[in-house]
Amino acid sequence: MKNEWPLWEVFIRGQHGMSHRHVGSLHAPDAEMAIKNGRDVYTRRNEGLSIWVVESNHIAASSPSDKGPLYEPSESKVYRHPTFFDIPDEVGAM
Amino acid sequence: MYAQMVQSTGKGVKSSEDMTPEERAFQARIDAGEKIEPKDWMPPAYRKNLIRQIGQHAHSEIVGQLPEGNWITRAPTLERKAILLAKVQDEAGHGLYLYCAAETLGVSRDDLTEMLLDGRMKYSSIFNYPTLNWSDIGAVGWLVDGAAIINQVPLQRTSFGPYARAMVRVCKEESFHARQGFDAIRKMADGTPAQKRMAQDSLNRLWFPALMMFGPPDKDSPHSAQSMAWKIKMNTNDELRQKFVDQTVPQIEFLGLDLPDSGIQWNEEHGHYDYTDPDWSEFFDVLKGNGPCNVDRLAARNKAWDDGKWVRDGLMAHAKKKAAAKVAAE
Repeated sequence: MKNEWPLWEVFIRGQHGMSHRHVGSLHAPDAEMAIKNGRDVYTRRNEGLSIWVVESNHIAASSPSDKGPLYEPSESKVYRHPTFFDIPDEVGAM
Repeated sequence: MYAQMVQSTGKGVKSSEDMTPEERAFQARIDAGEKIEPKDWMPPAYRKNLIRQIGQHAHSEIVGQLPEGNWITRAPTLERKAILLAKVQDEAGHGLYLYCAAETLGVSRDDLTEMLLDGRMKYSSIFNYPTLNWSDIGAVGWLVDGAAIINQVPLQRTSFGPYARAMVRVCKEESFHARQGFDAIRKMADGTPAQKRMAQDSLNRLWFPALMMFGPPDKDSPHSAQSMAWKIKMNTNDELRQKFVDQTVPQIEFLGLDLPDSGIQWNEEHGHYDYTDPDWSEFFDVLKGNGPCNVDRLAARNKAWDDGKWVRDGLMAHAKKKAAAKVAAE
């Protein structure tokens, strides 16, 4: 009978004030072991100061085929980028 | 090279006219340098080919621990022992990065493991050669990991996102492996005449098996063209092998060892070293299971899997019990 340990996604926060970042996945029987395995698999060279693990089947993801409609609303709003505005040189840095 | 003779469609590259509209759009994305991600549409053959390749690559990392693990308890100093232990632990890590990349394609870890254990999936031919003494451990790090780097660096640009990302992590760690090996063999080459003879003997024995790691000559690689069109193989076997020879010959000379092949000679016209091809019949024989250590390697992996069963089952049962108790308490 198959009795495979569940799959966990691992997120590591590094040294420089960045947010947790997905680094990969691993198998573990529970969260506690997933963190311990995460340490051994993904932080052998001081890559992290904090580990998050979440069971892979709890992650909801957007579908690649929705790419168009999902991001369309922001495409037309070029004024959200600061370069949209002309600031006269004499105003200086802004 | 950690993946040799990976079967592709066996039909050569599909022409644009023969492709379905989906396949054409997929190929266009690859040609444009886009990464393919697990939930994207992909041709079934691309998926199958990648599962074979990444799986074989992962199995090589795992089985590759055996020839080196063999010497951890017999390393000449505590420092060498600690270094070798860290190196072998990295190989386990590399196997795990790769397995999880393969799993994003819809194959389970247990299925991959079982296919290794019953011989349906292969691992690199190099690990079917024995490590007879400490000098071999130096030579393995220097030559085998050196060859691995040459193969894996271009794979960081491979078209499948999870595979490319796994390769980035692997490559970051791999130069430690090659350097510790070179450092160990250098100590032997600079040592007593007996130690130098051992270093020479390791080089002589492992040279041709290391050349075989890159797979058969291009003219006998029927699967390469489609894999290269899909960018899951970035260079031909012969290109990578030549690169390895060009890189390694000056290192052999630096060590003051004799060249392991009398055919090695600088070719002014091509700007590369000429070399003698390995005995390809030996390569095919090792792949078939007849290398010096095939039986031992598979037996060791099977024993580890069988002996570990009670641990896997026990921890799973404990996790389920704890989860049930938590629900009951709520």
